[in-house]
Amino acid sequence: MRISTNWLAEYVNLPETPMQIAEKETVTGIEVDDVIQPAAGLKNLVVGQIKQLQQHPNADHLHVCQVDVGQDELLQIVCGAPNVALNQLVIVALPSARIANNEKIKKGKFRGVESQGMLCALQEIGFDESVIPDEYKDGIYIFPTDAQAKIGESVFKYLGMDDTILDFDITPNRADTLGMRGTAWEVAAMYDEKPHFEKPQIQESSTPTADLLQVQVTDEHLAPTYRARVIQNVQVQPSPLWMQRRLWNNGIKPINNVVDITNYVMLEYGQPLHAYDYDRLASQQLIVRLAQENEQLTTLNGNDYNLSGQDIVIADEQHALGLAGIMGGNESKISSKTTTVVLEAGVFNSVRIRKTAQKYNLRTDASTRFEKGVDVSATAEALDRAAQLLQQLANGTITNGQLVGSQTATEPIEVVVSPQHINHVLGTNIKTAEMQAILERLGFGVVQNGDKMTVIVPRRRWDISIEADIIEEVVRIYGFDKLPSTLPVGAQTIGGYNPHQQFLRRARSLMRSLGYDEAISYALLNQTEAKAFTYNKTYLTKVDWPMTHDHEYLRLNLISGLLNDLLYNVARKQNNVALFEQGRVFPKNDVAAVRPHEVEYLAGAVTGNIEDKNWQNSERLVDFFAIKGDVEELLMSLNKQAVISYQATDQIKQLHPGQTALILMDEKVVGFVGTVHPGYAKKLGLATTVVFQLNLDEIETLADKTNIYVPAAKFPPVSRDIALVVPQTVTHAAIENAIRQAGGKYLVNINLFDIYAGKNIKNGYKSVAYNLVFQNQAATLTDMEVNQHFEQIKQILQEQFGAEIR
Amino acid sequence: MELKKILNDLHEQGLQQIKNAEQLDTLNEIRIKFLGKKGPLTQALRGMKDLSEQERPQMGALANNVRNDLQTALESARQRLEEQATQKQLQAEKIDVTLPGRHRHLGTKHVITQVMDDIEELFIGLGYEVVNGPEVEEDHYNFEMMNLPKDHPARDMQDTFYITKEILMRTQTSPVQARTLEKHDFSKGPLKMISPGKVYRRDTDDATHSHQFNQIEGLVIDKHITMADLKGTLELTARHVFGKERQIRLRPSYFPFTEPSVEVDVSCFACGGKGCAVCKHTGWVEVLGAGMVHPNVLVNAGVDPQVYGGFAFGLGPDRFAMLKYGINDIRDFYLNDIRFLEQFQGE
Repeated sequence: MRISTNWLAEYVNLPETPMQIAEKETVTGIEVDDVIQPAAGLKNLVVGQIKQLQQHPNADHLHVCQVDVGQDELLQIVCGAPNVALNQLVIVALPSARIANNEKIKKGKFRGVESQGMLCALQEIGFDESVIPDEYKDGIYIFPTDAQAKIGESVFKYLGMDDTILDFDITPNRADTLGMRGTAWEVAAMYDEKPHFEKPQIQESSTPTADLLQVQVTDEHLAPTYRARVIQNVQVQPSPLWMQRRLWNNGIKPINNVVDITNYVMLEYGQPLHAYDYDRLASQQLIVRLAQENEQLTTLNGNDYNLSGQDIVIADEQHALGLAGIMGGNESKISSKTTTVVLEAGVFNSVRIRKTAQKYNLRTDASTRFEKGVDVSATAEALDRAAQLLQQLANGTITNGQLVGSQTATEPIEVVVSPQHINHVLGTNIKTAEMQAILERLGFGVVQNGDKMTVIVPRRRWDISIEADIIEEVVRIYGFDKLPSTLPVGAQTIGGYNPHQQFLRRARSLMRSLGYDEAISYALLNQTEAKAFTYNKTYLTKVDWPMTHDHEYLRLNLISGLLNDLLYNVARKQNNVALFEQGRVFPKNDVAAVRPHEVEYLAGAVTGNIEDKNWQNSERLVDFFAIKGDVEELLMSLNKQAVISYQATDQIKQLHPGQTALILMDEKVVGFVGTVHPGYAKKLGLATTVVFQLNLDEIETLADKTNIYVPAAKFPPVSRDIALVVPQTVTHAAIENAIRQAGGKYLVNINLFDIYAGKNIKNGYKSVAYNLVFQNQAATLTDMEVNQHFEQIKQILQEQFGAEIR
Repeated sequence: MELKKILNDLHEQGLQQIKNAEQLDTLNEIRIKFLGKKGPLTQALRGMKDLSEQERPQMGALANNVRNDLQTALESARQRLEEQATQKQLQAEKIDVTLPGRHRHLGTKHVITQVMDDIEELFIGLGYEVVNGPEVEEDHYNFEMMNLPKDHPARDMQDTFYITKEILMRTQTSPVQARTLEKHDFSKGPLKMISPGKVYRRDTDDATHSHQFNQIEGLVIDKHITMADLKGTLELTARHVFGKERQIRLRPSYFPFTEPSVEVDVSCFACGGKGCAVCKHTGWVEVLGAGMVHPNVLVNAGVDPQVYGGFAFGLGPDRFAMLKYGINDIRDFYLNDIRFLEQFQGE
């Protein structure tokens, strides 16, 4: 809400400058976003009168004007506005003037004719297009006679540009300041001043309003308060300039006196009003009801709506006249021919207004106020105020009596509070008398009542109903800066991370040690990305109204996000990237489930070099085993008892069918490591990329290794090498397994140190070589003991794989 | 006399050859040649048996002297030559120590994680537990328990990704507080918690908006918690994150789950409060929202507001990181450009 300080000063004494008010209000009540001085940066703009007007000799659309600006000589100014005419009082930018956008006006020539300045349109002196009256939209501004503009004087005061405007950023609870009166109360409380308001005085004719019109509210829930008046003999014309400038300074476009008065009173009281052309009603009725399904309405901005049964409308007997509390209809709107006006002041159901305004994307000054609440105790007065202004400014005749369709209680409400409790909550020692003084500054009544205090809150502060609300009022006026700074005292609590959080943190820390940068990617992805890299049957979860298809489904994997990150890097010539992410995936195991599980995963993705070329070594490109090694390191450091194994899989579509392994811990799949399928990588635009993903929640549940101290062996280990030729299809895991089976209890380490296929080896066969380490903790191993196991190993390898021992 | 001369000659020749030796091998040859079993000294000593009783001890002493001298000379020559050899090797092995070392890259902690860890550690030190909760939430916990019933206008402040009418992507981490508060046994002491995590809003991504970002919300509930305690706690937080000279300022605000509610500004860390672009020339930067827990929130969780009360606050690690490091596009956090990530080597 924009607050004109000139206008505000009519209601309350302002002891400080607008800038100071803004600063103080920001820390006391409502944040002031901006302090606007419309004339700032502009200069040498004066009122001028066009004394002579000639066609430009060389241009059809230009005129040459001789303009009186209060100087000895007339200024010759070339003007292209279509509405320029003799004797008009206009805005003249003198030579050396500054207009909007810091543009400087200089003498110049237009098609050979000298021009000593410029006649200005409102846009050119900084007015927003949306507030400029229609008649001046496409031409220069012409001062109306009631402006009493004096030739040669600055235009600022006539146009309201000498004002300073405070832009209040109003929180939803403080809609009471969506009117000048509410704001005056607020500012007055801040400065301990008393605001003063005049009650509207009206003269009514003898014609009873009820003879002209009936109002009916079908359900009080729709409009708890609904009142109307009829004003006859109205002359529709532009409203006086003083009103117009208040409107445009508030961001509202002047239209005609009737409409302007409804808007003006809305700004005064925060109570939206609507005016109907009485003669356009099909019946002498205003009925507040719900719309029928598919009822048609054209609003006054020309839009057509197909209404639903949830919308509140104002209707006559035949059809909807307007969307209640949002926008009137085109049919009954005020026109230049209107002579009898129906003025409506109602309070409509905030939830329905909000939903309807949202549904039709039709947020108006009125709907905003009804959504947030209006002062029900001011409705009747606001209606009289509008009638008074129609009498004064449109020569209207007010008929006898307000029509009341519905009304709610307008008495103040009482909140009982305990000053002691207020101090307890605030951590202060504010005296009861001081609290009372603060509340009275706000215009609240206070009755002391033993150790309690009854606060009488007027309806204009409908945000206040409980003690906590009163505490807020007390502390904000008292001053947050005067609150002491303390820390909670009381029973000791022990802070910290729980074991689950520690486990996740450990996994993240290990990944960084392994050289991966931590990434945080989006959890909402497109459908393809979200379901990629899954190896068992899970279902996706979709959000209802995604902003874009890119962020529509909850991820089932972390790899897609990481691949997007790799791509982003590679596209920027960062070709060697190792990233990890630790976050949740959201699988549903049942297609009918509404809510997905949330599972903590860890994933890594690496592309390009894992070691750069340097002055000693050439670069090393990422491959499956580099990343598998990282996974092995990581799993070892996570310190679980479970036996870890790797099983080839070709079931993950996005991964290389020959270079992917499921990772098993105690026979349970906990993740995978694999090379991204070359086809998939190519489609994305990635070079060789290796990824892994682990289900941390699953791994966390496995039993930890108990760390028991074993002394370092005192006796020497015995080392033996064995080389064998086996068919290519025999896996390392199978050989290792066989060796372990036959190796006996002293076999402590099996280390593969060579694989060879090619020359000297039969086609389809490979030579593999292992180093075996035997160790007895208790004694020195004898050759005989070792040989015995070594022979058994040879034998089993021959038996199981037909191995040729070399 | 014959023998004496032989010994003296041996002595002289030996010392001379040892002196001239340039190789350890040569020394070894000299040792064998002079002191070996078939060497002249041994030979000479064998000739002692032919000497008279009188001469024998004299010659014996002389022979021992010669042997000792030669051995000493050999030893010192060996040391000299070894030292030379070492020097030579060291000379040969000299490298350019300014050549770059071989690197093992260490990964960096995401800047958001750094900011979150920093704040979490502060509150852990103050005795707060860290509680996580679901990112896919019930409307009930995300809104209704937080005093935001279905048609509350303040729901418009947060555009929400709904999955069904009742299930949504959490828009704040306060549902974690609602869940914890509901379960908390106050007979075991006060509740002091922070809830960090990802939140989601139905927003179009641009420089200042992200449909996914992070929050840390805090909650303290006990019998004697005051707004002054809130102020002190926030002051500590602001100084911990933005520097110990920082002042804070509380301004009235509105959140449905707190009353009174405040916005918290910190004195501008870029200009110290004089006014600059960071603080939009106000000297203050808005950093978080807070307030005293609304009685309805307590009642909703089954806690008696007549007995218990406390404060809550919420802050955005994304915004903190942007302010702290002058990052001007929130999307940078989620693009994971390594040139961005690796700038933040703090941890």
